[in-house]
Amino acid sequence: MAKHQVSLKVNGRSVEREVDSRLTLVDFLRGELELTGTHVGCEHGVCGACTVLIDGRTARSCLTFAIQVDASDITTVEGLASADGGLNTLQQAFQDNHGLQCGFCTPGMLMSLTELLKDNPDPSEEQVRDVLTGNLCRCTGYAGIVAAALDAARRMRTGA
Amino acid sequence: MGAKQFGARVSRLEDSALLTGGGRFVDDTKLPGMLHACFVRSPHAHARLRSIDASAARDLPGVHAVFTADDLPASVGGNRMPMLVPNPAIEASLTQHCLAREEVCYVGQTVAVIVADSRYIAEDAVALVDVDYDVLPMASNCRDAVKPDAARAHSALANNIASTFRMGYGDVDAAFASAAHVFKEDIWQHRGGGMAMETRAVIASLDPSTDLLTVWSATQTPHIGRRMLADLLDRSLESIRVIAPDVGGGFGPKAIFYAEEAVIPAVAMLLRRPIKWIEDRREHFLCATQERDQYWTVEIAVDGEGKIKGVRGKLLHDTGAFVPWGIIMPYIAAATMPGPYVIPAYGLDVTVALTNKVATTPVRGAGRPQAVFAMERLMDRVARELKLDPAEVRFRNFIQPEQMPYSVGLTFRDGKPLVYDSGDYPQAQAEALRMINYEGFAVRKAQARAQGRFLGVGIGNYVEGTGLGPYEGVTVRVLPSGKVAVATGATNQGQGTRTTLSQIVADNLGCRIEDIVMTVGDTAAIPQGVGAFASRQAVNAGSSALMAGGAVRVQIVKLAAHVLGVSEDEIEVEDSIAIARGGNRPSLTFRELARLSQGMPGFSFAPGQSPGLEHTAYFTPPQASYCSGTHVVETDVDPMTGAVKILNYIVAHDSGNIINPLIVDGQIQGGVAHGIGNALLEWMKYDENAQPLTTTFADYLIPMATDVPTCKIAHIESPSPLNPLGVKGAGEGGTIPAAAAIIAAIEDALSEFGVHFAETPLVPERIVGALRTAGAYEKLGGLR
Repeated sequence: MAKHQVSLKVNGRSVEREVDSRLTLVDFLRGELELTGTHVGCEHGVCGACTVLIDGRTARSCLTFAIQVDASDITTVEGLASADGGLNTLQQAFQDNHGLQCGFCTPGMLMSLTELLKDNPDPSEEQVRDVLTGNLCRCTGYAGIVAAALDAARRMRTGA
Repeated sequence: MGAKQFGARVSRLEDSALLTGGGRFVDDTKLPGMLHACFVRSPHAHARLRSIDASAARDLPGVHAVFTADDLPASVGGNRMPMLVPNPAIEASLTQHCLAREEVCYVGQTVAVIVADSRYIAEDAVALVDVDYDVLPMASNCRDAVKPDAARAHSALANNIASTFRMGYGDVDAAFASAAHVFKEDIWQHRGGGMAMETRAVIASLDPSTDLLTVWSATQTPHIGRRMLADLLDRSLESIRVIAPDVGGGFGPKAIFYAEEAVIPAVAMLLRRPIKWIEDRREHFLCATQERDQYWTVEIAVDGEGKIKGVRGKLLHDTGAFVPWGIIMPYIAAATMPGPYVIPAYGLDVTVALTNKVATTPVRGAGRPQAVFAMERLMDRVARELKLDPAEVRFRNFIQPEQMPYSVGLTFRDGKPLVYDSGDYPQAQAEALRMINYEGFAVRKAQARAQGRFLGVGIGNYVEGTGLGPYEGVTVRVLPSGKVAVATGATNQGQGTRTTLSQIVADNLGCRIEDIVMTVGDTAAIPQGVGAFASRQAVNAGSSALMAGGAVRVQIVKLAAHVLGVSEDEIEVEDSIAIARGGNRPSLTFRELARLSQGMPGFSFAPGQSPGLEHTAYFTPPQASYCSGTHVVETDVDPMTGAVKILNYIVAHDSGNIINPLIVDGQIQGGVAHGIGNALLEWMKYDENAQPLTTTFADYLIPMATDVPTCKIAHIESPSPLNPLGVKGAGEGGTIPAAAAIIAAIEDALSEFGVHFAETPLVPERIVGALRTAGAYEKLGGLR
């Protein structure tokens, strides 16, 4: 198996590794870097549990090879917490609105909503739900997740 | 007294780790020297296994071993797996081998296992295993499978009947003979899978220095898993530890003990290396148990006022190739059919058919959604035929609250007479109707129709047996640090078990909730356990938490009174401190008490004192407690596309006293989402050769954020008299009546075309097809 050198940033940290050409980004993150917060739910790009930010945009890390992200800047759920290590506004809104149950889909949900709230600080419920179609959740029925996203947007806008 | 936790919207203790990537799911564990497994699975639904040549796979660099049934120890490789819930009505008592011997009976059945340096290499090697199959005729559709000349699902069996039984009471024939009206419905229901976002997962590791086998499994039932492993591996219970760490959703299929859960530990023992197997989603579609087809032919007899005289019929249930969980689902379905209604006579003949598909076992609701759908379709039929309002027909037939406890006349799945313990069915329906403004619906419908939109409303009522035994235990122990260790056999796949049990312990022990250190899903933490299914943990483990917390509080009071030199009734326990009420209020912290409770070497205890501050309670319920409720749904149906939009979803829910409304609301909302999937989307399709056709989330649709509205939920609280908390289960009620209410609402929306539906999932092409047959498009042609 051909090996390739990759150098990239993950959650602000510089990483250099030699990887197999067929190694997926999610297996790279979970296996090589031991960042196990990013989850594998379907390996065919539908469920969204593996969603990460590549250069600020959401991507399926199960459908991305590690060698494709050479020189990229990756953010995973481990990179979201606030500077003091506590929950950030979106994460806190998830807890307050019961936006998670088993927590398996949650990291992917957080990444998709992080992108949304950056692009659109005041989304409508419809816009939130539209974005969330890229992430499946079997536990919550989405109500708490939608409420958390809208609550977080409000808190970010008002600084509350 | 600190703030009471029971009944409060307490934020979940589970959340912080899960929100920051700090969850610990099975696949997150990495052990030194760990190898990775992948299974060779049958590509055929039914075939004779002639030979397996794994030499090329064994030669692949990075492959450590390939095991077939003959390569495993005889106890694992030779025997069929134990049946979890046997029943004398099961004629074909069949479970599968851990790895197939001689015959494979469904697509995906485990044939061999490959162990390699990585999952990538193991998957490469799967393609190199040459299995010679002799394909046999297969039973695909359960309606064909029960015919006398059908292809047999198992070569060794004379037919495909796994079980037949009759459930009923009263003089059904007389009831029908004297009825003013009799109406009949043929109903097809399909439920699909649990589809937890985390697939199944197993890691096994044998520690040679202690001979302890540790198994991490994404299971709902680690204690059952340990018992099964002790049986299959011929080991003591003490030499096996099963850990269900964070588990990414359960919904029933993870309550089963699977072949892979036996094979991976067996292989880890043979190779003396830790082995990891993570199911991929395709395997989950093929091999994780499902619920699937049920065909109901049912009749209802009513008098001229729409009062029920009797219900009778037949139920055909597809159990798949094996019966690992017995015949629980069709049994529950048959017992759930009478629901909240007074039915003087009832009879249902149940046939359980074997087919060449993966076994069916409980999925959230477990046979109850089907029964409720069948019963509620009959109630809607009565309303339509007698030109009565569907809500009114139901009001006329409800069991009244003053009839509680109400004996239905059947025996439930727990072997006890089916007696509803409490509930107020008319109140729940009245509340749900009020919340949706049912009286104003006709006006809304007319206004929408004037704009070319088609609105409908539907009602679903249900009664659900929850909180099943035999028991679940809780240990409460005050640690030398003053923290409170709580251990339980209850498990957590997202239900917030840690939070709700902590609330109960905090109240009943008198500690701060943040002082509790909880261990769930670990057989090392408590000797006996059962696990999560049948909405049973709040009743069983919750009651044990109350009992154990209370018992340790008594120990604390005794010890503190003795040490402080006051009487026991002078002692208050709150916020992890015992305080004497009188004098200058001297106190002892839990930390001090825990140390005192150990005594001093060489000194005797005071009379009545026992070592440590610790108690284990195993609550065992006398019978099931019966949750109930009403769902009312308003839909907007587009006849041109068959698209269904749910405008308003109301739930009036009665699960007795509520431990944490935040969590119960979440359970209901999530359950409704699953029910919406059942009603409109989820269809595990097989072709005539029993080949699965829907093996990705692009083919098999589960509800997305745009499919599920936020429900409006009302709580009716009829406490259960059967447990000290007065609680009932809440995990499945959201799913159970959903399809009944949604399909009724779709039918109502299209009522002007006279189309009727008696199936789930009701997919758009079926709606359009029915409208086409009814000539709807000719009528609509003038409009559009």
